[in-house]
Amino acid sequence: MATKFQSASGLKQVRGLGSAKSGVHHWWLQRVTAVGTFALALWFIASLILLPSLDHGSVVAWIGQPLVAVPLLLLTVSVFWHARLGSQVLIEDYVHSEGLKLLAVVALNFFNLGVGAIAVFSIARIAFGA
Amino acid sequence: MASSRPLSPHLSVWKWRVHAITSITHRITGNGLAFVGLALFAWWLAAAATSKEAYETFLSVATSPFGWLVWVGLSWFFFQHLLSGIRHLLMDTGWGYELGVAKASATWTFVGSVLLTALFWGAVLFGRGAF
Repeated sequence: MATKFQSASGLKQVRGLGSAKSGVHHWWLQRVTAVGTFALALWFIASLILLPSLDHGSVVAWIGQPLVAVPLLLLTVSVFWHARLGSQVLIEDYVHSEGLKLLAVVALNFFNLGVGAIAVFSIARIAFGA
Repeated sequence: MASSRPLSPHLSVWKWRVHAITSITHRITGNGLAFVGLALFAWWLAAAATSKEAYETFLSVATSPFGWLVWVGLSWFFFQHLLSGIRHLLMDTGWGYELGVAKASATWTFVGSVLLTALFWGAVLFGRGAF
Protein backbone atom coordinates (compact mmCIF):
# COMPACT_ATOMS: atom_id res chain seq x y z
CA MET A 1 0.00 0.00 0.00
CA ALA A 2 1.40 3.40 -0.96
CA THR A 3 2.07 5.84 1.86
CA LYS A 4 -0.12 8.91 1.69
CA PHE A 5 1.98 12.11 1.52
CA GLN A 6 1.12 14.43 4.38
CA SER A 7 2.75 17.85 4.16
CA ALA A 8 3.15 20.06 7.24
CA SER A 9 1.16 22.78 5.48
CA GLY A 10 -1.42 21.04 3.36
CA LEU A 11 -2.78 22.58 0.20
CA LYS A 12 -6.01 23.57 1.98
CA GLN A 13 -4.01 25.80 4.36
CA VAL A 14 -2.09 27.45 1.56
CA ARG A 15 -5.32 27.93 -0.39
CA GLY A 16 -6.71 30.17 2.32
CA LEU A 17 -7.88 27.95 5.15
CA GLY A 18 -4.76 28.38 7.31
CA SER A 19 -4.55 30.65 10.34
CA ALA A 20 -3.70 33.69 8.21
CA LYS A 21 -6.74 32.97 5.96
CA SER A 22 -5.04 34.35 2.91
CA GLY A 23 -1.78 32.46 2.68
CA VAL A 24 1.10 34.43 1.22
CA HIS A 25 -1.06 37.03 -0.55
CA HIS A 26 -0.16 39.91 1.82
CA TRP A 27 3.54 38.99 1.78
CA TRP A 28 3.62 38.77 -2.02
CA LEU A 29 1.79 42.08 -2.62
CA GLN A 30 4.19 43.76 -0.17
CA ARG A 31 7.04 42.67 -2.47
CA VAL A 32 5.29 43.56 -5.73
CA THR A 33 4.40 47.06 -4.51
CA ALA A 34 7.94 47.43 -3.11
CA VAL A 35 9.44 46.88 -6.56
CA GLY A 36 6.87 49.16 -8.23
CA THR A 37 7.43 51.90 -5.66
CA PHE A 38 11.21 51.49 -5.94
CA ALA A 39 11.26 52.22 -9.67
CA LEU A 40 8.64 54.99 -9.64
CA ALA A 41 10.00 56.72 -6.52
CA LEU A 42 13.48 56.94 -8.06
CA TRP A 43 11.90 58.55 -11.15
CA PHE A 44 9.98 60.94 -8.88
CA ILE A 45 13.05 61.92 -6.82
CA ALA A 46 15.16 62.43 -9.94
CA SER A 47 12.39 64.58 -11.45
CA LEU A 48 12.18 66.72 -8.31
CA ILE A 49 15.94 67.35 -8.54
CA LEU A 50 15.80 68.15 -12.27
CA LEU A 51 12.75 70.46 -12.20
CA PRO A 52 13.96 74.06 -12.68
CA SER A 53 11.68 75.24 -9.87
CA LEU A 54 9.11 73.85 -7.45
CA ASP A 55 6.89 76.95 -7.59
CA HIS A 56 3.18 76.58 -8.38
CA GLY A 57 3.42 77.19 -12.13
CA SER A 58 6.30 74.74 -12.67
CA VAL A 59 4.72 71.95 -10.62
CA VAL A 60 1.29 72.26 -12.27
CA ALA A 61 2.86 72.40 -15.75
CA TRP A 62 4.96 69.34 -14.92
CA ILE A 63 2.08 67.21 -13.54
CA GLY A 64 -0.14 68.36 -16.42
CA GLN A 65 1.87 66.31 -18.92
CA PRO A 66 0.38 62.83 -19.61
CA LEU A 67 3.80 61.17 -19.33
CA VAL A 68 4.13 62.63 -15.83
CA ALA A 69 0.54 62.28 -14.62
CA VAL A 70 0.34 58.57 -15.45
CA PRO A 71 3.55 57.44 -13.69
CA LEU A 72 2.70 59.77 -10.79
CA LEU A 73 -0.71 58.05 -10.48
CA LEU A 74 0.96 54.64 -10.63
CA LEU A 75 3.44 55.74 -7.95
CA THR A 76 0.56 56.95 -5.77
CA VAL A 77 -1.33 53.65 -6.01
CA SER A 78 1.82 51.57 -5.48
CA VAL A 79 3.21 53.55 -2.54
CA PHE A 80 -0.13 53.92 -0.70
CA TRP A 81 -0.84 50.21 -1.15
CA HIS A 82 2.69 49.34 0.06
CA ALA A 83 2.29 51.65 3.06
CA ARG A 84 -1.09 50.15 4.01
CA LEU A 85 0.33 46.62 3.96
CA GLY A 86 3.38 47.63 5.99
CA SER A 87 1.51 49.59 8.66
CA GLN A 88 -0.98 46.73 9.01
CA VAL A 89 1.92 44.46 10.05
CA LEU A 90 3.02 47.10 12.59
CA ILE A 91 -0.47 47.08 14.13
CA GLU A 92 -0.73 43.28 14.09
CA ASP A 93 2.65 42.94 15.83
CA TYR A 94 2.10 45.48 18.61
CA VAL A 95 -1.67 45.68 19.28
CA HIS A 96 -2.51 42.49 21.14
CA SER A 97 -6.19 42.97 21.98
CA GLU A 98 -8.26 41.56 19.12
CA GLY A 99 -10.88 44.32 19.29
CA LEU A 100 -8.38 47.18 19.32
CA LYS A 101 -6.38 45.48 16.57
CA LEU A 102 -9.46 45.27 14.35
CA LEU A 103 -10.33 48.93 15.03
CA ALA A 104 -6.77 50.05 14.35
CA VAL A 105 -6.57 48.17 11.04
CA VAL A 106 -9.94 49.62 9.94
CA ALA A 107 -8.77 53.13 10.94
CA LEU A 108 -5.54 52.56 8.99
CA ASN A 109 -7.53 51.55 5.91
CA PHE A 110 -9.74 54.66 6.15
CA PHE A 111 -6.71 56.94 6.62
CA ASN A 112 -4.72 55.31 3.83
CA LEU A 113 -7.56 55.22 1.28
CA GLY A 114 -8.72 58.72 2.25
CA VAL A 115 -5.31 60.37 1.87
CA GLY A 116 -4.59 58.27 -1.21
CA ALA A 117 -7.86 59.40 -2.80
CA ILE A 118 -6.93 63.06 -2.18
CA ALA A 119 -3.60 62.47 -3.95
CA VAL A 120 -5.19 60.65 -6.92
CA PHE A 121 -7.93 63.27 -7.29
CA SER A 122 -5.40 66.12 -7.14
CA ILE A 123 -3.23 64.60 -9.87
CA ALA A 124 -6.31 64.01 -12.05
CA ARG A 125 -7.57 67.56 -11.48
CA ILE A 126 -4.23 69.04 -12.55
CA ALA A 127 -3.88 66.63 -15.49
CA PHE A 128 -7.38 67.40 -16.80
CA GLY A 129 -6.64 71.08 -16.50
CA ALA A 130 -9.18 72.24 -13.91
CA MET B 1 -2.56 37.57 27.98
CA ALA B 2 -1.96 34.56 30.26
CA SER B 3 -0.98 31.41 28.45
CA SER B 4 0.15 27.99 29.53
CA ARG B 5 2.01 27.46 26.27
CA PRO B 6 5.72 26.70 26.79
CA LEU B 7 8.05 29.64 26.18
CA SER B 8 11.67 29.70 25.14
CA PRO B 9 13.63 30.34 28.38
CA HIS B 10 16.10 32.72 26.76
CA LEU B 11 13.88 35.13 24.80
CA SER B 12 14.97 37.96 27.11
CA VAL B 13 18.69 37.23 26.72
CA TRP B 14 19.90 39.24 23.74
CA LYS B 15 21.78 42.39 22.82
CA TRP B 16 21.60 45.04 20.14
CA ARG B 17 23.56 44.18 17.01
CA VAL B 18 23.63 46.15 13.78
CA HIS B 19 21.26 43.63 12.10
CA ALA B 20 18.63 44.25 14.78
CA ILE B 21 19.06 48.02 14.44
CA THR B 22 18.67 47.77 10.64
CA SER B 23 15.52 45.69 11.12
CA ILE B 24 13.75 48.01 13.57
CA THR B 25 14.93 51.03 11.56
CA HIS B 26 13.28 49.54 8.46
CA ARG B 27 10.00 49.43 10.39
CA ILE B 28 10.35 52.94 11.89
CA THR B 29 11.37 54.58 8.59
CA GLY B 30 8.64 52.71 6.68
CA ASN B 31 5.89 53.81 9.03
CA GLY B 32 7.28 57.34 9.29
CA LEU B 33 7.11 57.57 5.51
CA ALA B 34 3.67 55.89 5.45
CA PHE B 35 2.09 58.47 7.75
CA VAL B 36 4.12 61.71 7.69
CA GLY B 37 5.61 61.28 4.22
CA LEU B 38 2.40 60.32 2.43
CA ALA B 39 0.32 62.97 4.25
CA LEU B 40 2.79 65.65 3.09
CA PHE B 41 2.84 64.14 -0.44
CA ALA B 42 -0.97 64.41 -0.60
CA TRP B 43 -0.92 67.94 0.85
CA TRP B 44 1.63 69.01 -1.77
CA LEU B 45 -0.54 67.60 -4.60
CA ALA B 46 -3.81 68.94 -3.16
CA ALA B 47 -2.30 72.40 -2.68
CA ALA B 48 -0.99 72.41 -6.27
CA ALA B 49 -4.42 71.31 -7.55
CA THR B 50 -6.35 73.86 -5.45
CA SER B 51 -4.82 77.30 -6.05
CA LYS B 52 -1.68 79.39 -6.12
CA GLU B 53 -2.55 80.67 -2.61
CA ALA B 54 -2.99 77.15 -1.20
CA TYR B 55 0.36 76.23 -2.74
CA GLU B 56 2.01 79.30 -1.18
CA THR B 57 0.72 78.18 2.22
CA PHE B 58 2.26 74.76 1.65
CA LEU B 59 5.57 76.32 0.57
CA SER B 60 5.73 78.64 3.57
CA VAL B 61 5.41 75.67 5.94
CA ALA B 62 7.67 73.45 3.80
CA THR B 63 10.47 76.03 3.73
CA SER B 64 10.29 76.97 7.42
CA PRO B 65 13.23 75.76 9.58
CA PHE B 66 11.04 72.94 10.94
CA GLY B 67 9.93 72.14 7.41
CA TRP B 68 13.53 71.75 6.26
CA LEU B 69 14.24 69.49 9.22
CA VAL B 70 11.29 67.28 8.22
CA TRP B 71 12.45 67.09 4.56
CA VAL B 72 16.01 66.15 5.53
CA GLY B 73 14.65 63.55 7.96
CA LEU B 74 12.17 62.12 5.44
CA SER B 75 14.81 61.96 2.70
CA TRP B 76 17.10 59.94 4.99
CA PHE B 77 14.10 57.78 5.99
CA PHE B 78 13.43 57.16 2.29
CA PHE B 79 16.98 56.16 1.36
CA GLN B 80 17.40 54.05 4.51
CA HIS B 81 14.09 52.23 3.86
CA LEU B 82 15.07 51.82 0.20
CA LEU B 83 18.40 50.17 1.03
CA SER B 84 17.16 47.96 3.86
CA GLY B 85 14.22 47.09 1.57
CA ILE B 86 16.61 45.98 -1.19
CA ARG B 87 18.41 43.93 1.49
CA HIS B 88 15.03 42.36 2.38
CA LEU B 89 14.35 41.44 -1.25
CA LEU B 90 17.85 39.96 -1.66
CA MET B 91 17.41 37.92 1.53
CA ASP B 92 14.02 36.73 0.19
CA THR B 93 16.02 35.00 -2.55
CA GLY B 94 18.16 33.23 0.06
CA TRP B 95 21.13 35.56 -0.28
CA GLY B 96 23.13 36.97 2.63
CA TYR B 97 22.40 34.77 5.64
CA GLU B 98 26.08 34.06 6.39
CA LEU B 99 27.01 35.91 9.60
CA GLY B 100 29.63 38.15 7.99
CA VAL B 101 27.52 39.00 4.94
CA ALA B 102 24.40 39.73 7.02
CA LYS B 103 26.38 42.04 9.31
CA ALA B 104 28.13 43.81 6.43
CA SER B 105 24.90 44.35 4.45
CA ALA B 106 23.13 45.66 7.56
CA THR B 107 25.97 48.12 8.18
CA TRP B 108 26.08 49.23 4.55
CA THR B 109 22.40 50.23 4.56
CA PHE B 110 23.33 52.99 7.02
CA VAL B 111 26.49 54.08 5.21
CA GLY B 112 24.63 54.07 1.90
CA SER B 113 21.58 55.96 3.14
CA VAL B 114 23.70 58.77 4.62
CA LEU B 115 25.68 59.01 1.35
CA LEU B 116 22.53 59.02 -0.80
CA THR B 117 20.87 61.64 1.41
CA ALA B 118 23.96 63.86 1.10
CA LEU B 119 24.06 63.28 -2.68
CA PHE B 120 20.36 64.14 -2.98
CA TRP B 121 20.67 67.43 -1.10
CA GLY B 122 23.92 68.20 -2.88
CA ALA B 123 22.11 67.77 -6.21
CA VAL B 124 19.19 69.95 -5.07
CA LEU B 125 21.30 72.76 -3.58
CA PHE B 126 24.07 72.82 -6.21
CA GLY B 127 21.75 72.04 -9.11
CA ARG B 128 18.83 74.38 -8.47
CA GLY B 129 20.21 76.27 -5.51
CA ALA B 130 16.79 76.44 -3.88
CA PHE B 131 13.71 74.50 -2.91
